[in-house]
Amino acid sequence: MIEAIMASSPDFLLRHAPILLVITPLVLAGISSFMPNGRLAWCLSILATAASTICALVLLGEVQTTPGGVVSYALGGWAPPIGIEFRVDALNILFLLLITIIGFLAAIFSWPTVAAEVRQEKRALFYAAYLICFTGLSGVAITGDAFNLFVFLEISSIATYVLVALGGNRDRRAFPAAFNYLIMGTIGATFFVIGVGFLYAATGTLNMADIADKLAQSGSSRTAQAAFAFIVVGLGIKAAAWPLHLWLPNAYAYAPSFVTMFLSATATKVAIYALVRFAFTVFSANIFDPGTDFVFLFGPLAMIAMLACSFQAIFQSDVRRMLAYSSVAQVGYILLGVSVGTAAGLSAGLFHLVSHALLKGALFMAVAGIVLTYQGTRISDFAGLGRAAPLTMTAFAIAGFSLIGMPLTAGFQSKWLLLQAMLDQGWGFAAAVIVAASILAVIYVGRVLQAVFFQPPANPRKVRQEAPLILLIPLWIMTLATLWFGIQSGTVLALTNEAANAAIPMIEGQP
Amino acid sequence: MVEFILGRANYWAIIGLMMVGLYITFQSTNLIKRLVGLSVFQTSVFLFYITLGKVAGGSAPILYGKDALGHGDSHGGGHGSHSEADDHGRVYVPDTPVEGHDAGQLDDEGSPIDPALVDDSGEHTEAAAGDGNEATDHGSPVPDDAAEGSVAGVEQLELTGLQEVYSNPLPHVLILTAIVVGVATLSVGLALVVRIRESYGTIESDEVRLKDISIADAQDADDPEVIGSGE
Amino acid sequence: MSPETLLLATLIIPIVTAVAIYLLDAVPDLREASTLIGASALFVTAILLVASMDGGEGASLNLGQAAPGLEFAFKLEPLGALFALVASGLWIVNSLYSIGYMRGNRERNQTRFYMCFAIALLGAMGVAAAGNLFTLFIFYEILTVSTYPLVAHKGDANAQRGAQIYLLTLLGTSIGLFLLAIVGTSTVAGSLDFVPGGLLNGQVTPLVGSVLLLLFAFGIGKAALMPFHFWLPNAMVAPTPVSALLHAVAVVKAGVFAMLKVAAYIFGIDLLRDLPATDWVLAVACFTIVASSLIALTKDNLKARLAYSTVGQLAYVTAGAMLATQAGFMGGGLQIAAHAMGKITLFMCAGAIYVATGLTEISDMRGLGKRMPWIFGAFFVASLSIIGIPPLAGGWPKFQLLLGAVEAEHTYVVWVLLVSSLLNIAYLLPIPILALFPPRGTPEPAPYKRPEGAPRLVVIAPVITAAGTLVLFFAMGAIAEFILPIAGGV
Repeated sequence: MIEAIMASSPDFLLRHAPILLVITPLVLAGISSFMPNGRLAWCLSILATAASTICALVLLGEVQTTPGGVVSYALGGWAPPIGIEFRVDALNILFLLLITIIGFLAAIFSWPTVAAEVRQEKRALFYAAYLICFTGLSGVAITGDAFNLFVFLEISSIATYVLVALGGNRDRRAFPAAFNYLIMGTIGATFFVIGVGFLYAATGTLNMADIADKLAQSGSSRTAQAAFAFIVVGLGIKAAAWPLHLWLPNAYAYAPSFVTMFLSATATKVAIYALVRFAFTVFSANIFDPGTDFVFLFGPLAMIAMLACSFQAIFQSDVRRMLAYSSVAQVGYILLGVSVGTAAGLSAGLFHLVSHALLKGALFMAVAGIVLTYQGTRISDFAGLGRAAPLTMTAFAIAGFSLIGMPLTAGFQSKWLLLQAMLDQGWGFAAAVIVAASILAVIYVGRVLQAVFFQPPANPRKVRQEAPLILLIPLWIMTLATLWFGIQSGTVLALTNEAANAAIPMIEGQP
Repeated sequence: MVEFILGRANYWAIIGLMMVGLYITFQSTNLIKRLVGLSVFQTSVFLFYITLGKVAGGSAPILYGKDALGHGDSHGGGHGSHSEADDHGRVYVPDTPVEGHDAGQLDDEGSPIDPALVDDSGEHTEAAAGDGNEATDHGSPVPDDAAEGSVAGVEQLELTGLQEVYSNPLPHVLILTAIVVGVATLSVGLALVVRIRESYGTIESDEVRLKDISIADAQDADDPEVIGSGE
Repeated sequence: MSPETLLLATLIIPIVTAVAIYLLDAVPDLREASTLIGASALFVTAILLVASMDGGEGASLNLGQAAPGLEFAFKLEPLGALFALVASGLWIVNSLYSIGYMRGNRERNQTRFYMCFAIALLGAMGVAAAGNLFTLFIFYEILTVSTYPLVAHKGDANAQRGAQIYLLTLLGTSIGLFLLAIVGTSTVAGSLDFVPGGLLNGQVTPLVGSVLLLLFAFGIGKAALMPFHFWLPNAMVAPTPVSALLHAVAVVKAGVFAMLKVAAYIFGIDLLRDLPATDWVLAVACFTIVASSLIALTKDNLKARLAYSTVGQLAYVTAGAMLATQAGFMGGGLQIAAHAMGKITLFMCAGAIYVATGLTEISDMRGLGKRMPWIFGAFFVASLSIIGIPPLAGGWPKFQLLLGAVEAEHTYVVWVLLVSSLLNIAYLLPIPILALFPPRGTPEPAPYKRPEGAPRLVVIAPVITAAGTLVLFFAMGAIAEFILPIAGGV
């Protein structure tokens, strides 16, 4: 398929795919804010995300065919390291694909829930904000410039604050949630920018590849270490790494359904990308040894996250809050894989990231469908829905199984890879934590599924009513993808392996 | 010791501001005050960047005096030979004079070195000794703070053919961007405060939380009336 | 048909059956017919498969891989074939019985019930035919998940609580321990295939081997080794056909079957003999045998007593595997077939009593035998088989296990087996005897709940299986020869 796209795409697209990927949604965001009604803006957002998806596929083809696997695009013809560079390698193409494809599916799915949850005069602006957020996220993933990364991070974050706050029409608690998110997010971004400042002080350049070279030459210094500390904390807040996750549960619980779905599948993932990029590529091995330092930094925090937040998820009465806590726990899984510092661990972490993005997206989509047709997100509201909305709830159940890590789902594959990566390193305790957290997942997912399938409807007025078709199609695409990657994980595994090897050139070749 | 402390006065001020800002952000219950704290915190970072870019004795990075006049011929020739030796593929002219000043701030502890640029100057001035590690070699013997790095700055003047000392423009540019981002964040934050005030009638975060808790309690008790008022 | 096609058919038939049941939701007669047809087709396929086996070599099938090293591989070997045969054969009988039971009790959600049953059989077939640990694990989990709705079938608070414990214990042990053991095996051995003689043989230190063995022994929660046995009594909230087929045959036998398979093909007799942990697991199994029999004595609820009896009888299989002798393995393998036949009879009798009278407590059943002679007759025969009295099926495995214990020089196991048989007599035999020959002065038992008594199908099924225990006794020689390869014999 990629060959076909490569072959059919014009020369212009081949040459400028990196910038088109980012600029198309940005321009269309501007246009859509002037749209007279939301439906047109919706069409524009589908158009923009589809264009970006095509660009990402083209880029994938280019990355795979370019020797060395790096596609570099100098903005405005100003060659790096002075000019801003868009730099795509095996690591970020994975994230670009994830963001664009999920962004595209999310855009398709969005209309019914947006129409139900956002006031009419705000819809065009809502889509503009969505496209800006999308731009920011894909920009973070594509840029090769540290400061530019900050700018894109803030572009996406500011749009996100707005999107979360738009949930205030339905539940006013969205406003304080968005406000707290804003405070935390800005502090995180500012920490990041301090770190970038230190990096600039240490190396005199902002291009990430260049910084990596310079640091490798100059060796460790206090300045570089300070930079690392600030960047890790800053991105840790954005990635909702425990214990910097406190903004997340409320923001996810009260944002409009569509926003929650999109953010859960992409926003924290992009921050994790930046973290991986900085930890593994920029701070090359002689500043910071992923094999040892990361272990002490992220390993314990990740394990606490997995246990503590899975545990908190059990006691939530609101499905979306429960899933939000589960997201923090899943970030723990990803960081645990990353923290091993081996290519296998990183690959496992990235695989989990992809599978989690898919399954959490599907779960939140299903919840959005329920919010749309039945209102209410508490577990008691879900009682008996297995009968009323079998298609939606079957997808929910499959994604839930994947969250638990049942065989034949992507979640199982990722947990398998994680366990193997842990045991390869002799980390029996970490493997034990993974399975313990999975058992906690059984409990919290089981609570909902039991209510859905085995309890009589709390509200007898609930008639058989599925979510609209336009919502079901993306939902089932993601659900089937979850299943498919559980049965045939080869495609994704190849991508994540390449990504891990691109991120860890130093220890490439290790199992 | 006193010299050490005083020499870094900028940084102390920045750290002070940063702590004040963070403290206000976290301690205050008033949402506006929290935004103020956030702004103070961000401002400290702006100052940090500006400090990074400052070259002692340097003026704002706008060409003036002889540089502005003589730019065309005094530097043009140099640039020509420069670009031949250039393996970085830089094709633009305007930045080149400034590069020298980037390279002028050599320091190992907090002010920028741009090794790539030093490499460049190294290539056409010290062709014999020019190697990739020039930057680090240069960096270590100058332990001074940026504020005292004028000697190095003057040294580099000769390399670039510029007559005056300028500050590093790049951090200024960066921080302009960051200021814009900060303004945008602040405006979104203020807009949120307005909406919070509209729907809760207060801008004190603890009161907001109390109201939320009472609604949540009522929801748990399945009291439809209170839920209705909450929406 | 080639053996490969047959193997694939064992997996497809349950799926097709489940789909057919779903589609025929509105037509109960056709729905039940499709269950019966599916069950019969599956049984015939299993018989053909067994017939196609040649000298312990069965069909093998590879359905691609999920990831490098994780293959969906199937390979039938004698023990698996035996398990498949038992499970599919009893599915037919049980389907007949289910129809009578479910209609007799006017249960709701019958479509879901039959569908989940078919999927559970898919799980059992997959476990039986799995060619590596990964495939086994997948179907093991399918079996767990598909039986959860069956356990929770009633839907009241009690059923939900029982089903929760059921699911949590089985998923908890399988994800928490079993999966860990599998990943550990893959890390140590670099493969997950079942290798005659033992995959890990010669590849592990005693410490690693012991850890893995303990993880396997307790991780295979369906084998109900104490302390992970409590899901089984809790699963008794399910309708009786579920308890009969799943918690006497498919689910629990999948557990002990997996245990035997791991012991034979992952560890191998030689390695087991050398590992210190083998003795510990053996001791736990012996403890389980005695303790569960003692608990069974205290239970007045018939199904609870049978559940604890099952826990004990399952531990026989584990003990047989841990004896690490040829006779021990043989005893374990035969026990799977013999106990399945006996215990399904007992459960079906319990269900028949419940359908007809609504009684669940043993103390209420005195004198009931006059009214239900066939049922209690079948119960009596099956009890004798469970206890291990020739010429009933249960005699053989007990005998082999005794031989194995002597051969392995574990004297205490011999005593455990003897004491256990006595306890079996104590908790099983009084039930039919007091029902058939009540002591003088026993009040008349409660009247039938339904005027016509138990539906005919519900009575016929246990009588068939009770007769089966007798037939099985004489077939045991052939079966023993058939499964000899697993025990390392020639």
